[in-house]
Amino acid sequence: MVASKKKRFNDTIKAESKDLDFYYADGTQALKKVNLAVYENKITALIGPSGCGKSTFLRSFNRMHDLYPGNRYDGQIILYPDNTNILAKKVDPIEVRMRISMVFQKPNPFPKSIYENVAYGLRVRGERNKHTLDDKVEEALKGASLWEEVKDRLYDLAFNLSGGQQQRLCIARALATEPEIMLFDEPTSALDPIATVNIEELMSELKEKLSILIVTHNMQQAARISDYTAYMYLGELVEHDLTDQIFTNPSKKETEDYITGKFG
Amino acid sequence: MQDLVISPGLAKNFRRNFVEQIIEVGLLLSAVVAVFITSAIVYILVVEAIPFFQHVSLYDFLTDTVWTPNYSIKHYGIMALVSGTLTTTIIALIVAVPLGTITAIYLSEFASHKTRETIKPILELLVGVPTVVFGYFALMLVTPLIQKIYPDLTTFNMLGPGIVMGIMIVPYIASVSEDAMRAVPMAMREGAYAMGATRFQTAIRVIAPAATSGIVASYILAVSRAVGETMIVAIAAGQQPNFTFNPVESAATITAYIVSVALGDLEHGTVGYQSIFAAGLTLLIMTLFLNILGHWTRKKFSERY
Repeated sequence: MVASKKKRFNDTIKAESKDLDFYYADGTQALKKVNLAVYENKITALIGPSGCGKSTFLRSFNRMHDLYPGNRYDGQIILYPDNTNILAKKVDPIEVRMRISMVFQKPNPFPKSIYENVAYGLRVRGERNKHTLDDKVEEALKGASLWEEVKDRLYDLAFNLSGGQQQRLCIARALATEPEIMLFDEPTSALDPIATVNIEELMSELKEKLSILIVTHNMQQAARISDYTAYMYLGELVEHDLTDQIFTNPSKKETEDYITGKFG
Repeated sequence: MQDLVISPGLAKNFRRNFVEQIIEVGLLLSAVVAVFITSAIVYILVVEAIPFFQHVSLYDFLTDTVWTPNYSIKHYGIMALVSGTLTTTIIALIVAVPLGTITAIYLSEFASHKTRETIKPILELLVGVPTVVFGYFALMLVTPLIQKIYPDLTTFNMLGPGIVMGIMIVPYIASVSEDAMRAVPMAMREGAYAMGATRFQTAIRVIAPAATSGIVASYILAVSRAVGETMIVAIAAGQQPNFTFNPVESAATITAYIVSVALGDLEHGTVGYQSIFAAGLTLLIMTLFLNILGHWTRKKFSERY
């Protein structure tokens, strides 16, 4: 039902799903023919009630589902300018993850120092040069607005940071390898309001450099930070439009009900 | 103000409280049994070792390197036994630590559910093999095999039993380390994979460090097991006390000495007989030290995640 009404916007498409179906190992279908584009240097927010498939959709973009045996994708996610279906069997999920990074709901720093957390992605890519590492770690921490707070204790264990700082560290970690798309899976749901504002401001800065796809439970957050919003329900994409449009004048009754709190 | 009463329905139920107390005492008693037995062992070892130390000075005990309680010229240098214990233990660890850790990493991070469920029980079966069997395995199979490569090896040596002891403790390391690694939250793995890490990079750089405390605990468990192992070394290492750290020589460990005395080589009440308590005490102190070390490392490396 959505495919026929798919909209095209003026921005450049960075990646898009085409008729994406997803099945978990137990056979449940979590995504049904989802067609959704992520635009360059824009923030796309996915909203919808719990279990609607928005996280499943997000995690398809860096092949996270591959970690669990039995999961199955149908359809495509095309990454531009490569013009490649990143779900294809011949595509290496590791290469995909190097270009499409992810920040999780709960901050998940590694049991290492702040420095090593940020350097991790670079080391995984074989970077050994101390100067390059130092520079990139500093740059990434600055990019995640964390540098000023941690520059004097880079070798402290990452667990000693506060929740909000840990989440910014995870963003720095993802940023260090200069990804093209960054996926955020409810990045502020475990954080207090001040830390949330920090992360939101950070995302608005980050979109200058990359494309963002974010899953959020918080509709105000979607309204505040995103350029595009997509509303999903029961594994289907109900509506996808400019955020202003969705929140002021949604074209679907379901979307309106969800946004106004009549449902959800 | 209204006078307050205790309504019968809310009054203390004596029968229930009584039963509760009986249960509590019963639980306490069972907990005390273990403590009591440990204390009794320590008490007997110390009491029986005191007459020994009246004959042999502590200085000689610790510095003499000859242990000949049944020769006419008697020497009681515990180091001759400690060296055997340490050498066989170190050989065992050289075998077991890499093998056990690699097995744990494979089972936790690489093996499919089915493979893991097949391999793990088989591995744990090794723990159930009587050590006498391992002893003969060392004497009749492993030593002759090594002799094919190194013909000068004597029939009784520390290398063969050391290796077999290593094989014996692999399941301890593999099983405990695997549990520790599998307890690392999935979020940590996802974080690493999301950075483009391979399975191996995730296992080595994220999961193993996160599970350090459990892995170290498994090593300590394995060391304690090796230090206390008796039958394998008694059968295959020879029972001649010999101050050496050379694995191709034969030697006796503390445990092998105790077992030979306990089998009746020495008369009751003699200094030689009392020496087994001193040897036992030494063993106890060694394992106690290892346990404290293990406890300390576990605390130091324990990760919050």
